[in-house]
Amino acid sequence: MVRTVSITLLNNDDSRPVLQAIEQDNPDCEIQHLPSLIKVDTSGPLRINRGSVEAFLGRDWEVQELHLSLVSLSGEVDEDDDYFELSWGKR
Amino acid sequence: MTVHKRTKKMGIKERYASMTRDLGWETSYQPMDKVFPYDTYEGIKIHDWDAWVDPFRLTMDAYWKYQSEKERKLYAVIDSFAQNNGQLGITDARYLNAVKIFLTGVSPLEYAAHRGYAFTGRHFRGVGARIACQMQSVDELRHAQTQLHSMSHYNKFFSGMHSRNMMHDRVWYLSVPKSFFDDAMTAGPFEFLTAISFSFEYVLTNLLFVPFMSGAAHNGDMATVTFGFSAQSDEARHMTLGIEIIKFMLEQDEANVPIVQRWIDKWFWRGYRMLALVSMMMDYMLPKRVMSWKEAWEMYFEEAGAALFEDLGRYGIRMPKYHEVATWEKDHLSHQVWSTFYNYAGAAAFHTWMPNDDEKSWLKDKYPDSFEKHYEPRFDHFTAKKEAGERFFNGSLPMLCNTCQIPLIFTEPGDPTTTCYRESEYKDDKYHFCSDGCKDIFDYEPEKYIQSWMPVHQIYQGNCGGAELEDVLKWYQFDLGADNGDYHDSEDYKMWTEWSESQKKAT
Amino acid sequence: MSVKSIGDYSFTPKDKVENFHGNMLVYMQWEKHLSFCAPLAFPLPPDMPFGDLVAGVLAPAYAVHPDSENVDFEKGEWQLNNVPFTPDFSKSLQENGLSHKSVIRVRTPGLEGLAGADSAAG
Repeated sequence: MVRTVSITLLNNDDSRPVLQAIEQDNPDCEIQHLPSLIKVDTSGPLRINRGSVEAFLGRDWEVQELHLSLVSLSGEVDEDDDYFELSWGKR
Repeated sequence: MTVHKRTKKMGIKERYASMTRDLGWETSYQPMDKVFPYDTYEGIKIHDWDAWVDPFRLTMDAYWKYQSEKERKLYAVIDSFAQNNGQLGITDARYLNAVKIFLTGVSPLEYAAHRGYAFTGRHFRGVGARIACQMQSVDELRHAQTQLHSMSHYNKFFSGMHSRNMMHDRVWYLSVPKSFFDDAMTAGPFEFLTAISFSFEYVLTNLLFVPFMSGAAHNGDMATVTFGFSAQSDEARHMTLGIEIIKFMLEQDEANVPIVQRWIDKWFWRGYRMLALVSMMMDYMLPKRVMSWKEAWEMYFEEAGAALFEDLGRYGIRMPKYHEVATWEKDHLSHQVWSTFYNYAGAAAFHTWMPNDDEKSWLKDKYPDSFEKHYEPRFDHFTAKKEAGERFFNGSLPMLCNTCQIPLIFTEPGDPTTTCYRESEYKDDKYHFCSDGCKDIFDYEPEKYIQSWMPVHQIYQGNCGGAELEDVLKWYQFDLGADNGDYHDSEDYKMWTEWSESQKKAT
Repeated sequence: MSVKSIGDYSFTPKDKVENFHGNMLVYMQWEKHLSFCAPLAFPLPPDMPFGDLVAGVLAPAYAVHPDSENVDFEKGEWQLNNVPFTPDFSKSLQENGLSHKSVIRVRTPGLEGLAGADSAAG
């Protein structure tokens, strides 16, 4: 059974460029808009690249700024200076 | 567009390690076992603490930076809510009875969690685990305080919210959440993390927070919604601690597997029993309903839980014992619990009422196999009695389960017409339970549960303010006549009706 | 099984009969009447006549139920601690075999709640 990797973010100004980066860099992901929340599901690893976010945001961005918009996640976390990745089974 | 190359000396992983793991040491003046006296007695074997995978790599500078940003945003909304009479935005004052349950039943658990994580944050010999627990301890204190602040505006106008700490310690139905956390806090550090980080904040969390927060969103409660979102990113870190501790214990030694399985069984059942309050909230207390308890159970446990336990199967872990009982109960739980608080409306610090015709249609639609046959006739009878001026109040104290401390309101699995009775004998005394799940918990550690402070028994021992119900309610710190009783006879209802009238006149 | 602990773990139960001022806890239920959400709990003197328990405690507790008008509990089917038993209404609770935390249940066929025995309406 393929386990879904998922991230849920608040629907606000902080998360907008993050979602744009996710959509661009993870073409197989599915995005659901719920009241004030946005849920992203995918079957493979889900990767948020700092460079992509900065391109959409127009300023420097720290990966850990994600904490301001994060609601929930499903998957094992790999956090680095330049990316944030969720996946299953890499452990 | 080029990305600026950062001229950092260390990457996040190294930086984090140097500020956390690398500050730990093997003690030489005193043996490690003396410095860490609590982390081996439970029988969990850890061979290599370095194998701990830090779920997130937050150092204190980043922690404070982001937490204070969240606080600024939250308090701006709380101020705005208060300044703009946000309480007028809720659908109906009945909704606030869900908030009363949350404030008296859940918020004190946040404070208890703060204490529990402070303890575990001292007593694990692994640095990574200590850091995660210490941060969670601060998070939980934040949650206790932000919840109190978020809901404090309602306390200016509505009943039942004035004495949450005293009520949590004394009131009969609040011994259910209180004893849940007391049980966890008096366990060792590994059991505590299995109970709270894994079972509560990973497996069952969606069945507590999503219903309350989406219930708040659907019913115009901006204060609670804002608190909920503010806390949620903390919860994302907590969830990862939950899945990390489980996998870490299971990977360190095969001998840990049966111990962990037993804890998973116990804490699934204790957590599930406590969530009975949420089932009634979802199905009966929200003027604008979001989804039924049955739907939530199917989505968050039967589907998501099954996927999780299938994944843990590779370690030798199976689904929690009695999960199929919980699944059978999904058609009955909320109706049985609501009925209980309707029975004891005189002794609860929140109001209850009977569903109107639209609400009964919704219930029939969501519960086609149970509502019309088993519960509608009872509720129609209660409604008729209320209309005749003879509102039903149960004047006798109930029999309680020795483990979960809920009255024996649950029925034999498969038969909703017969109370489920279970019993054990220990050192010449009888003990009674609502279910096999609760009996098993007692049977495994009876010395723990013979100490249960059971509200009904304590009242009869004379330890709760006096022999008459009124004395007991005063000891509970109730504002008699205001906090308790039927919603339609309450001051909350009277005030809400007046406000609604004046709003209508103004438009 | 005993509790895993770092030292001696042995406690006095909170609900020993001595704590109830000469009474013992008795739990009772009129079966199928689940509009009363749970069995009831009372502290009662062991030498109380069983008939007094029925007329003075059980019946008044359920008095507001519509079935109460026509019920004769003495003709009901009784259980003591989940075993069928025939109470002697003139003898005391203790003489009838009740002790601290005993459970008594009575079923009255024909009077089975607001919508019958299958309903759970109570």
